[in-house]
Amino acid sequence: MTLLVDIRHRLGEFALDAAFESAGRLTALFGPSGSGKTSLINIVGGLIRPREGRVVTDGRILVDTAAGVHVPAHRRRVGYVFQDARLFPHLSVRSNLNYGRRFAPRADRRADFGAVVEMLDIGHLLARGPGSLSGGEKQRVAIGRALLADPHLILMDEPLASLDEARKAEIMPYIERLRDEAKVPIVYVSHSVAEVARLATDIAVLEHGRLAAFGPTAGILARLDLLSGDEAAEGGTVLEMELRQQDRAFAMSILRSPAGEIRIPRIGLPLGSRVRVRLRARDVMIATERPQGISALNILSGTVESLAAVSDNTVDVRLDCGGEPVVARITRLSTERLKLAAGQPVFAIVKTVSVDTAGAAPPL
Amino acid sequence: MDWLALSPEEWVAVRLSLKVALWATFASMPVGLATAWLLARREFWGKSLLNGIVHLPLVLPPVVTGYLLLLGFGRKGPAGAFLEDYFGIVFSFRWTGAALACAVMGFPLMVRAMRLSLEAIDRRLEAAASTLGASPLLVFLTVTLPLALPGVIAGMILMFARAMGEFGATITFVSNIPGETQTLPAAIYTFTQVPGGDAGALRLTLVAIVISLAALLVSEALAYRATRAVAA
Repeated sequence: MTLLVDIRHRLGEFALDAAFESAGRLTALFGPSGSGKTSLINIVGGLIRPREGRVVTDGRILVDTAAGVHVPAHRRRVGYVFQDARLFPHLSVRSNLNYGRRFAPRADRRADFGAVVEMLDIGHLLARGPGSLSGGEKQRVAIGRALLADPHLILMDEPLASLDEARKAEIMPYIERLRDEAKVPIVYVSHSVAEVARLATDIAVLEHGRLAAFGPTAGILARLDLLSGDEAAEGGTVLEMELRQQDRAFAMSILRSPAGEIRIPRIGLPLGSRVRVRLRARDVMIATERPQGISALNILSGTVESLAAVSDNTVDVRLDCGGEPVVARITRLSTERLKLAAGQPVFAIVKTVSVDTAGAAPPL
Repeated sequence: MDWLALSPEEWVAVRLSLKVALWATFASMPVGLATAWLLARREFWGKSLLNGIVHLPLVLPPVVTGYLLLLGFGRKGPAGAFLEDYFGIVFSFRWTGAALACAVMGFPLMVRAMRLSLEAIDRRLEAAASTLGASPLLVFLTVTLPLALPGVIAGMILMFARAMGEFGATITFVSNIPGETQTLPAAIYTFTQVPGGDAGALRLTLVAIVISLAALLVSEALAYRATRAVAA
């Protein structure tokens, strides 16, 4: 399943010009507000007609201005989950969920009502009206409604942005299950590094309406220069690791990837589970010799790949640890003192690891 | 209490009035809804002109409207002659003409109520429906119309009430023929013009009050149910 986007569009003073082709299960459109993410997803969804360009999913042409093709929104078979849920207020939750089903061709009705309701945990809400639901419940129903329309592509426009942290944590696992189980590719708009790092397989970074970068999640997140302001502090790398061992005596779990071993507080998953681990650049220290007598448990060895000045006192050091990228954000003073240079072998001391256990995939 | 009993002639006037008002309400509803939708949702050349024409009966003296109808839809009028020749529909001095006059007089009230409710609808819900596969017509039938229902009902009730009370345009267009075009207000007027007609006028006045009050109560109840359905 691929999604090809190659469009140019103009909205008043704002120009949108982006082209990428993604085969990922969840492609994030990432960037600050006003970067054109929502316009782009609306073009894919058929709510905006671009001035020029093409949108193709799996060989199905949705937009081709050169050939005069613009498939109307209702024939695109996309499931769109909006930031503001947009449940129909005059219909019950059950009728909202069933809304799109009637319009799907019979041969195409694969989604099972019971299975979707169970996956999203909304069985107890079916008889209620949307007005009485919490924000998180509304968003789950909206996801279910999109899924039950049997879409060929799911679009999500900041589905978590209007929710508080607790509600976000409530919804994220459902989106992860969707990504891993539903077999329908997802395009996900977000300005949050935490969301993108946890959910995305591929990231398209937008800046002022232009595509600044596109690629697999790990590679993009390691490029802190692509993140702006507050989000830069959240940047870092993502490692796909495997649960290798449970250390019952100390209640720790040991994860492994080509980059090395990482110990985290015990997680209750079967051995062999794949777990996504995020290392924030500001949580990684660098040592030129293997440190002794240190409380930090997680030390990865690697070589310096490159150094990039972020400001007049901060430098991002990119390391290659067993073929996987790890980025450390340290002071320029430290780089001078350690005399860091490309190709030099070093050790990365990871102070804190955030682990997305909920996103853990079952063993292969 | 004998004086409260309606005479057969009075019953005729009441029944005729109800028939005229119901026809005016239901026959003009689709046209009113289409006009309200055009005014609420579309930009086109001549929109303010259309808006002006729709509202004209509200500001013109009813007699003027009735006279214009007579000129246009009378047997010799261009529209009247055309409708009679091709469809066999005759308006002049028939109850159908009374219904047409009532519909024209109530039209601005109906369109206004429907337009306001269409404008109040969150268009983003319609966009959501289209992404779920609903064609524009189905979006209108399954999302727009149900959400606009309180306003549509209010518009129809306003039209009905206006039609029950219409006098000037009707009497000018189709005159005051008992059993054919003599609606309730015309009958009351006739009673007041003859000696000893007071009792009849009073009886019909009471009937008018009862019908208007009932229409108001029904509209309140329907609007309450519709808003509750939307809010729930």
